[in-house]
Parts: sequence; C-alpha cells; structure tokens
Amino acid sequence: MLTLYFERFKRNRLAVAGMGILFLLVLVALVGPYIIHSSPSTQNLLERLQAPSSQHWMGTDDLGRDVFSRMIAGARVSLAVGFISVAVAVSIGTSLGLIAGFFGGWWDTLIMRTVDVMLSIPTIFLLLTVLAFLNPSIYNVMAVIGLTAWPGLTRLVRGECLSVREHDYILAARIAGIPTTRILFVHILPNVIAPILVSATLGVGGAVLTESALSFLGLGVQPPMASWGNILALGRDYLHLAWWLCLFPSAAILITVMAFNSLGEGLRDVLDPRA
Amino acid sequence: MLTIENLSVEYVSHGQWTPALKNFSLTIEPGEAVGLVGPSGSGKSTIALAILRLIRSGEGRITDGRILFQGRDLLRLPEEEMRQVRGRSIAMIFQDPFTSLNPVLTIHAQMQEVFEAHADVRAQSLVDALEQVQLDPLRTLASYPHQLSGGQRQRVMIAMALLCGPQLILADEPTTALDVLVQKEILDLLRSLQVKTGVSCLLISHQSAMLQRYTQRIASMSDYGSR
Repeated sequence: MLTLYFERFKRNRLAVAGMGILFLLVLVALVGPYIIHSSPSTQNLLERLQAPSSQHWMGTDDLGRDVFSRMIAGARVSLAVGFISVAVAVSIGTSLGLIAGFFGGWWDTLIMRTVDVMLSIPTIFLLLTVLAFLNPSIYNVMAVIGLTAWPGLTRLVRGECLSVREHDYILAARIAGIPTTRILFVHILPNVIAPILVSATLGVGGAVLTESALSFLGLGVQPPMASWGNILALGRDYLHLAWWLCLFPSAAILITVMAFNSLGEGLRDVLDPRA
Repeated sequence: MLTIENLSVEYVSHGQWTPALKNFSLTIEPGEAVGLVGPSGSGKSTIALAILRLIRSGEGRITDGRILFQGRDLLRLPEEEMRQVRGRSIAMIFQDPFTSLNPVLTIHAQMQEVFEAHADVRAQSLVDALEQVQLDPLRTLASYPHQLSGGQRQRVMIAMALLCGPQLILADEPTTALDVLVQKEILDLLRSLQVKTGVSCLLISHQSAMLQRYTQRIASMSDYGSR
C-alpha cells in the first residue's frame, strides 16, 4: 500500500518539487540561524538601506539590519506558526468531526450548527478582533489561527466518517463486540486520514499567509522579532528607496504557499483511491 | 438454546413506520444447523441484526417479541452485556467478504482485536485458527484484505467467527458474492467445522436447494414477512 503511494508520488513532479522546496525551507529554518554569522537584530546605522551586495545578500533595512538573516529568522517564525496552528486546527477539527459523524443525533446538530456559525464569520475580521484584545505575540497568533481554522476540517471529517461508518467492516467490528471508542479510533480514523492529510497540508500554506497578513497589519509577530509579514510591512514605507525590502519577503511567502499547495494537491491525487 | 418468539420489526422511511417482520418465531437447538429461506427484502437479514440488537435506532426498531438465548432475553440485556454476547457467544459471517474486512488493517490486527475486546476469553492461537480453515497462517496474518482472494477472505471471516468459541453462528448469505466452486468449498468447510465444534448455525439464503444440503431443518420467511 505505502510503496504504491510512494511510486505514484514520485511520478507527480509538482508534488515532488513542492516537497523539495519545503524540505529546504525547513532545513534553513532549523539550522540557518546557527550557520550565518550576522544576527537578525544587530543594528548598524552607518549601513542603513543598502542594496543587495556580496556582504548583505538581500541588502539592509532602515536600521541597518541584515535582511538575509532576518529572512531566515522569519522563516522559522512563519513555518512554526503554520505547523503549530494547523496542528491545533487538525486536533479540534478531527475530534469534533468524528464525534459528529459517528454518534450523530444531538452531537451532530450541536457541532455542525457551531461550524455553520463559525463559517459565516469572515475569518480575517474575527482574527483582527480577537488579536486587538490580546497581546499580539507569536503564541497568540498560533492559538488564534488554530482556533479559527477547524470548522472546514470538521465538516470534511464528518462527511468522510458518515460514509465510512456505513461499511460492512464497521458493522462486522460491532458484531465482533469491539468497543465503540476502539471502532472510532482504530477502524474509522485510519480510513479518513487521507483527506485530513491533504487538507492539513493546504492549511499550513493558508496559515503562513494569514500570519504574514496579521504581521503586516501589526497584529501578528511584533518587532524586533522578525517575520516575513513584518519585514514586508516595514518595506512598504521604503518602497521607493529600497525595493529589496519588499521583494524578498513577498517572494518567500509566494514560494512557500505555492509549495504547500502543490504538495497538498499532489497528495490528493496520490491518495485518491480512484486514481 | 435460541428461541425467538413473536419478533416484530419496523423500519422508518420519511417519518413513516413500515413493518418489515411480523410475529416471527424460530427455535434453534444446540449443535443444530437451521436454514432460513426467503426472497430478497423478506426480512432475513433483519432477523440476524435483531438477534445481535444492531438495528440502528434512527432506522428501525423492534416493536414486539422476545429473543431468548441461553435463558436470557437479549432484548432486555444492558448494552455492555450485549457487547460481550456479540462475537463471544454469537458470531456472524457476512454476505460480502470484499467489504467485511477493514482495508487499512492487517488480518493479524483484526483477529487480535477480537481477543482484546473479550478479556475473559482464553486466547486461542491465531495460527491454529487459520489452519483449521485451511489457510497458510503466517502469510495470511501478515496480509491486508486486498491481498487475499474472495474465498480466502471468507475463510478468514469463518476463522474470526470461531475465535471465541461461540455457541451460535449467524451466516447471512455467506457465499452469494463468491463463484460456484468456491461456494461449495466454503459451505463444506463451514459444515465440517460446525459438526466438529458443535456450534449451532443459522444459515440464511434464498437458495433452498443449498439449504437442504447443508442444514437439518429449514424455516421459511414467507409465513412472516410483510410481503
């Protein structure tokens, strides 16, 4: 089964490319800060707003900080926010979806109406409102993105669970006297894991984008901590003087989100049982 | 050993309750193989599900009757005791072996789990269980369902049904999805194991010729069904 998926994955060039880019990004985020010599927050006012050169690969900002080191520190922040907030969303979304789909009845009504309410509120306004009342920090951003991203996943998992629960092997497990919680986690969950994986991968890309948007608006990661979003926000003020302050963070966000999307869509094709 | 008295079941569709079974009665003695014959839609499978109390509450309900199994009325047992009856005292073999095994778990995981669900059962060796249905035990245990043929899967289902040493096996059209030659093999195997272990068996089918060959007595649905 796994070897079949691996063969199919290898043939999907877009997904392999996405995977490769993400692997590099994660590597840079993990070991980058230990390798490069210049610190992302050391200021050098004599060298402010310098264009990219052999000394500063991506130039310097208005306080003379090296943009390349800030980009690497920002990669760490962006990916951490992406992965952790999606982990939060997947835990909530999967548990609620399984409960709604498997037990049905009142649980289903309660959970799905909550999902409807959540989906009817535009996420970005909800995020802005909540973050306006909290201290803007990286942890709050992770928590808030995670706590608003689960409803779509809940709906997806519930739908899959409704279809899997009708299969004979679930009835067979009940006839064999297998306890309900075990049926839920051992028999149903592994059968709905594929769409969860696809949705989570696409979700990380979305979360990276949301984090950048929030940091751009000043409600996300706060300076002096670097994030692609706040480097970009700073660059906006100097757009006519220093193009590099906007180009590199924008490109990084674009490439990362595209890599997550192509990996997610590749996984969808690979895991599709009809393919 | 099993006595069904005046069992009536209704199904609901769009808020309308329709009787599926009216005043059905049947007795099975220990070690006996009883056939149950009837056309499609006559409520044969409903009886099997009602005995195990697995008719889903949103879809149907048992309106009347008693199901006495070893002196206890199954319809009045608490849910946890009923769970202990399922798989341990009463086991079931399904119509379609292609859909009755979980595609993401190995045969070993699915068989082992039956023991885990019934803590008081003395674990029989899985190798012996598979040898008695004439399968290569080690290869089968490591397999996923899609790596086995239909006949092999149905043998696995029989081995799983016998794992906890049940007193009654319900076989709902156990060979309908298999080809003719394999059908005979499976039924011969089921019959010989039934004689060997002394388990009672309710064999459900629409083919009365087959039932005559493999059972001692045949009950017909035509006297009880709704149509």
